[in-house]
Amino acid sequence: MAEFAENEAVDFVIVGTGAGGGVLAARLAEAGFSVVAFDAGAFYRPLEDFASDEKEQEKLYWLDERISGGDDPLEFGSNNSGKAVGGSTVHFQMVTLRFRPEWFKSRTLLGYGHDWPMDWREMWRYYALAEDAMKIAGPVRYPWGPKRGRYPYREHELSASALVLAKGAEALGVAWAPTPTATLSAPRGEAHPCVYRGFCKIGCSTNAKQSMLVTFIPRALKAGAEIRDLAMVGRVETGADGRATGVHYYRNGAWHFQKARNVVVSGYSIETPRLLLNSASPRHPDGLANSSGLVGKGLMAHSNDAVWGVMEEEIRWYKGPPSLAVCEHWNYEDEGKDFFGGYSFMSQGPLPTDFATSLVSNEGVFGHELRRWMALYNHMAGLKIVGETMAQDENRVELSDEKDALGLPIPRVTFSYCDNDKRMIAHARAFMKRMLQAAGGSDLYETSSTAHLMGGCRMGDDPRTSVVDASGRSWDIDNLFVCDGSLFPTAGGVNPSLTIVANSLRIAERIIELNRRGDLAPIRRGRAFPC
Amino acid sequence: MTEKPSDKPFETPYPTYDVLGKWDSPSFNDQTRRVVADRLSNPPARRFLEEAEFALLRAVIDVILPQPERDEDRRIPVEAFIDEMLFANRGSGTRYADAPPMREAWRRGLAGIEQEARRRHGKGFESLSNDRKQALLHAIDQGDVDPQAWEGLKPQRFFRHVLLKESVKIYYAHPYAWNEIGFGGPASPRGYVRLGSDMRDPWEAREERIPQKTERLSRAGSFRMPSSGRAPLKAAHPTSSVPANGCRWPSLRKTRRSTS
Repeated sequence: MAEFAENEAVDFVIVGTGAGGGVLAARLAEAGFSVVAFDAGAFYRPLEDFASDEKEQEKLYWLDERISGGDDPLEFGSNNSGKAVGGSTVHFQMVTLRFRPEWFKSRTLLGYGHDWPMDWREMWRYYALAEDAMKIAGPVRYPWGPKRGRYPYREHELSASALVLAKGAEALGVAWAPTPTATLSAPRGEAHPCVYRGFCKIGCSTNAKQSMLVTFIPRALKAGAEIRDLAMVGRVETGADGRATGVHYYRNGAWHFQKARNVVVSGYSIETPRLLLNSASPRHPDGLANSSGLVGKGLMAHSNDAVWGVMEEEIRWYKGPPSLAVCEHWNYEDEGKDFFGGYSFMSQGPLPTDFATSLVSNEGVFGHELRRWMALYNHMAGLKIVGETMAQDENRVELSDEKDALGLPIPRVTFSYCDNDKRMIAHARAFMKRMLQAAGGSDLYETSSTAHLMGGCRMGDDPRTSVVDASGRSWDIDNLFVCDGSLFPTAGGVNPSLTIVANSLRIAERIIELNRRGDLAPIRRGRAFPC
Repeated sequence: MTEKPSDKPFETPYPTYDVLGKWDSPSFNDQTRRVVADRLSNPPARRFLEEAEFALLRAVIDVILPQPERDEDRRIPVEAFIDEMLFANRGSGTRYADAPPMREAWRRGLAGIEQEARRRHGKGFESLSNDRKQALLHAIDQGDVDPQAWEGLKPQRFFRHVLLKESVKIYYAHPYAWNEIGFGGPASPRGYVRLGSDMRDPWEAREERIPQKTERLSRAGSFRMPSSGRAPLKAAHPTSSVPANGCRWPSLRKTRRSTS
């Protein structure tokens, strides 16, 4: 791996190596720029470092304290925040769905939220590139949305839990599909196909899972980028002219400073606003990139409510990727909705502690009753939504007065569902109950939770209503970029990772183009972009 | 108080399954063996909670996750791992705005339980009958307590999102708990081959008894579970999820369990 000197300015410092920063590190290094990508977490080698054990693998989560308030406080950690090279993609559930095209102009076309500063047709090309880069295993024909090419790898065999969804969907007369999934259904290089061990959400120990750790990060290294792990960036420094000069980071017990010509913040929806807000300076008293006052605002999660039922047959949902069947019916059907936005839902396969925690926090059950309920584990099936929530300014990330062990302000997050969010959840619960019943489920019960994070540094066309432009470049500081899920103006009713990767590929191409026309801080000339 | 159905002791549907029997098989790799061996052989010693707090926590755990069928040396020591977590100050990533920091939440929550026991019954939690312990914890879950003792900590927030959640995260991460629910357990590098309904690889648990009914899920006893003779070889023919020519997912046909 290349190593760059701290006192020599690199072309790009990237803060974070997940679906945003990992992709950008690879593309910018491949274009010939010097790149140092920081991650607060460790650079794991899955074949040696990942155990088949939920407790042990908590090491992949961002478990630093965050204060969570509002009417519906978010739970952090496993469901939305990674701390490892590769970011949350190391423990994501591998569901890789494209946005419904209209969502990129949801304000104009659907009457809610904010428009994205690009068109779906532009994104469709990057979706295809992203799917190819991760060798997504998906069906030949996907039932929703505009035509798309074939997925690079064939779909996976359906597990019993996926077949429950399929059976219910067919009974109700709505479409379903094998989920496009980011784990190998055929060999790729030295990696063999998925062995269906089912521990996907806590890190894949066979490298079948196509996280950033095994896709874009190796590309970044090969192209000469440096990945500096176990390095917590605490502040972006700005000079007298107000432009970014580098980052302060904590590593090996001390604070260091890395000079840079450009800084990209890719820390996801909590850490990105936190870092920008904590980097306030005399020229930027409210934090960096914050002349709109929108840094940290418009934070979104997905509602993640679920319906569970007991099946007569054995399901044994611990086997295989947990969500191998999907229904996007209510993402594409607007008739009969009393809410804006959409939701998808998937079959489920939680590991024991994951299942137990949702059970006790929703039902408060304990004692022998709890042990009996848990012993139905192999007969359970479930359907769980990824439900779009509305962007609200009140849902936001701020800095609290309390400090963490490194002396950095602990973030305070506020989240409350709005009435629209609640109507969607009620609709989804009722629909999934009908479907699970139709599939033969009995003794249904429901749980609520949230998953994923989006927003907090919205991208847009207008400096007054967005933090960055269509290239991810801050309106206020021309050598400061944001590239991660915090850019989302709206949440969409699908898991965000694929859209983050596709958008990052798009931003990489735009940054390279900015440089080509002399509109970027690096003086160097990048190689031609090869795609 | 008459005995409620929930007082009936738990019985596993998988009495002879032992996930550790796969220790030397391709379902375990070295890193997993290391982690599981450590959990089994090195339960942490108490280092954070005071002795009285620790004894109280143990008594609470014995109501939340009672293990009467296990001898002391086979009991999953949930409280020891909670103490270890508190000692290391290793959080979950979330501090609810209506709750104090983790260590303080545990101290206040345990004190709240004890004081509520004394307020209601004039004696400490550990001296209460099992019924009263259960009723007390249920009351705490419902927020039916004297709020003063809780110093602003919301009883249900503590009970569900701190106490119960952390307890099950520890309990169901233990091989003995994997056994009782029939979980496949560690599965790397081998993984699984048979994914369809009612299909099982030879290295998975066999359901030997019908799962017990639960109070809440009253109809959950409707399994057609043979007590004997379910042909294990059925698992070797994973035909039910192989699509046939021209027909989309014939596997949606109801799969039947062999009952002969």
